Amino acid sequence: MKFFVSIILIALLSFASCLFFPWWTIAIAAALVSLIIAQKPLASFFAGFIALFLLWGGLSFWMSQQNNHILAHKISVVILKQDNPYLLILATALIGALVAGFAALAASYIRPKTAPKTI
Amino acid sequence: MRIFFFLLWSAVCAALCYILNTKAVLPAPLGKLLAPQEGIWQNAEPVNQDYSADLHFNQLEGKADVYFDDRLVPHVFAEKENDAYFIQGYLHAKFRLWQMELQTHSAAGRASEIVGDIALNHDREFRRLGMVYGAERSMVEMEKDPEIKAACDAYTAGVNAYIGSLTKSTLPLEYKLLGYEPEKWSNLKTALFLKYMSYDLAAGENDFEMTNAKSYFTKPMFDLLFPAKQDSLDPIIPKGTVYKEPSIKPVAPANADSLYFNFKDTVTAIETSKPDRNNGSNNWAVAGSKTKSGAPILCNDPHLGLNLPSLWYEIQLSVPGFNAYGASFPGAPGVIIGFNDSCAFGFTNGGRDVRDYYEIQFKDETRQEYWFDSAWQKTSFRIETIKIAGQPDFKDTVAYTLFGPVMYDKSFGGKRNTGNKNYAVRWTAHDYSNELRLFYMLNHAKNYNDYMAAVPYLKTPGQNCIFACKNGDIALRTQGNFPAKWQGQGDFVMPGTDSAYMWQGMIPFDETPYQYNPERGFVSSANQRPADSTYPYYLGSDYPSPRGFIVNRYLSSMQNITPEMMMKMQTDNYNVFAEMARPVFLKNINQDILNGDEKKFFDLLVKWDLRNDLNSRGATVFDRTWKYFMDTVYSDEYAKAPENSMYPFESTLLESVLKDSAYIFLDDLKTPAVETIKEMTTIAFKRAVVALKQIETEGKLEWAKYKDTRVNHLLRLPSFSRLHLPIGGGTHIINATKDNHGPSWRMVVSLTKETEAYGIYPGGQSGNPGSKYYDNAIDNWVAGEYYKLWMMTKDEQKDKRIIAHMKFGKS
Repeated sequence: MKFFVSIILIALLSFASCLFFPWWTIAIAAALVSLIIAQKPLASFFAGFIALFLLWGGLSFWMSQQNNHILAHKISVVILKQDNPYLLILATALIGALVAGFAALAASYIRPKTAPKTI
Repeated sequence: MRIFFFLLWSAVCAALCYILNTKAVLPAPLGKLLAPQEGIWQNAEPVNQDYSADLHFNQLEGKADVYFDDRLVPHVFAEKENDAYFIQGYLHAKFRLWQMELQTHSAAGRASEIVGDIALNHDREFRRLGMVYGAERSMVEMEKDPEIKAACDAYTAGVNAYIGSLTKSTLPLEYKLLGYEPEKWSNLKTALFLKYMSYDLAAGENDFEMTNAKSYFTKPMFDLLFPAKQDSLDPIIPKGTVYKEPSIKPVAPANADSLYFNFKDTVTAIETSKPDRNNGSNNWAVAGSKTKSGAPILCNDPHLGLNLPSLWYEIQLSVPGFNAYGASFPGAPGVIIGFNDSCAFGFTNGGRDVRDYYEIQFKDETRQEYWFDSAWQKTSFRIETIKIAGQPDFKDTVAYTLFGPVMYDKSFGGKRNTGNKNYAVRWTAHDYSNELRLFYMLNHAKNYNDYMAAVPYLKTPGQNCIFACKNGDIALRTQGNFPAKWQGQGDFVMPGTDSAYMWQGMIPFDETPYQYNPERGFVSSANQRPADSTYPYYLGSDYPSPRGFIVNRYLSSMQNITPEMMMKMQTDNYNVFAEMARPVFLKNINQDILNGDEKKFFDLLVKWDLRNDLNSRGATVFDRTWKYFMDTVYSDEYAKAPENSMYPFESTLLESVLKDSAYIFLDDLKTPAVETIKEMTTIAFKRAVVALKQIETEGKLEWAKYKDTRVNHLLRLPSFSRLHLPIGGGTHIINATKDNHGPSWRMVVSLTKETEAYGIYPGGQSGNPGSKYYDNAIDNWVAGEYYKLWMMTKDEQKDKRIIAHMKFGKS
């Protein structure tokens, strides 16, 4: 549950942040959510990773589709040296995912100590 | 321990952000570029994009409506004329901002700001040519003219209104890729854009190359290489026209023979850039006596570099004072080549030499004084500060003399820095002028008198301005600000120490060669000589193409002309040069000593239909044969000539061998025997076959594959360009499509009561490579097709061709 909530929150906060601030503030968004929703480090990493993979992957896919992939064909040749719109979308998704993943991972190490289990 | 991991992964995250946001490690900031909400994805324009909008600006004086049709051509209806110019500026910026800025930066010698020191030589040269100096002077003149100033101010405000609306995420694609942002537009930038066109069209000269050739060859040889009078087949203003007594009688200086014509110095500089020598065009207008409808038809296709975004932008401007449609220049207000409700107008390049070099003798290293008419004159200095991306500014101090700027001296030699000679440039583009008034008046013109009132404003670049009117008038004037020169003046670098070598005046307006409703029923120009040798002023010798001959042949023989016939003619691939040159090969090549392969190619040459159609193999065979013939004839004589010497025109070689089969250059200096034309043509053909076999192996023997026409994006990125276009045509052909130069706009206008007009350019209205309107017209243009140009009326708002409606009003 925490996992899904953190994915959604990271995605929403990143989207909102990028409306006003540069793209790398997704790291801040992911870190913030990771601080608030305490999870094990690996879970935090994947929450950030999946959130931005879906957000950036989804956005770029939708925008490219509306465009009949006209631009993606041209830009993928320039950046990836091959004509493959889907590869470009994947690259987009991975970039966001990695940045958010590592940010969330880092923040997960500053979390309140879990209370010892009591009976 | 946790702190350690926190720091570790934070560092990884920060490093990733840094690498993806800068060019420090990767060649591009991939994070910034691919972030969907700010990067290139924002430029992936939806294919069903709705351009409708309701916009308000306080600079507007009234209301206006813009209707976009299905080719994204805006039809602008404005209550106030200046609002139309504001809107034109806004639309030019909306669809073509990056191109406008790049072109004006290039013109201003500011390319280094964007691309770094690789452009430093270009920038220094353009500054020293006085591009900005000339633009500043033009602007002074333009701003003295209240109507033009108001139009420019409105245009500039419109461009800036669009720029002001941009955010980081809505920036045009190329700004994101190159990592910079647009700056504000100004009237000076409009003036600079017009200077850029002046450079492209009126900076052509061969002074250095001719001077170097003169230094090496003997006078008789030189005269054979560069005959003063080409038997030019068909001047623009026909033979037999009677010219007025000239009011200026230029006199060559007494010492011209020794200090100029027979002077043997070479030139120590090489120009870094030269305008494309193919910049030219066709235009013609046929009178009602020759058309099916009885109304005149005007045709124009300017030949310029083929780029994306296109130089041209179609637009209709409908205001109380006029209603005009045509091709406009992003960078300037008005319609440049087009038509209104009464008449049509167009241009071809005049091609006259209006840029001359003078050798300057400075007193010393300081360049503060130069020797002129037996006294030391003071120079003035202009400091050009060139910003370079990622490096400190470069300061270039340019000396100005009364001729103009000293373009090349010890501190700058263009592509070569070998000497201590100084060359000042005198260029008509430095003179005061108000070209925008020309277009303003043509847009408003209703008849021949209005045309005559407009053309005096055409100073630089000099153009052959064509006109046709619904009342039946047709006219053409070889118009411009042309120096009155003595025979040979300006062909070479001239001494800058003697006022006798300066231009002795400018040819007056009423001594311009022209035609008005001629008996032959048509006017035409295709960059050939303006007039025959009875014209009293020196016209120069740089008119290499016989294209005008085939234009006139067709027009003379046609009757009952329709617009379709004119479109067919504009896209015609007949090679009139080959018509005259092929017999030289067929008559002289020794077939007895050809081997099997050579016989095969010879057969292609014989059977060729003289048309450079896209699948023609004969066209490629002729092209290579001729090129190797030129080389075989001249390369031995040129082997030891100075670097950067002028090479003869193709038409010179052709005319020489047609006149004299023992043409002296046929001899190969490397052999003791004297070669004949039979031997040389055979040798050339055999050399050509070697190349042709290779071409055939590569599958490129068909003319279009060999020519490999392409339309390049201004940054030359292949994926933004359109390559390997299947289209015929070429040099000396009406369809003047070369490898990346050709008919940048094709227009045919029939001036019937309701105008019937057709046009097309190889590109699209949008400069965004992510838009479906970026290059949508290219395939149609390649196929020789035209769009019907729609002069919309306000009551056609509901027409199904309309895809969007932009409303403009005061705020």
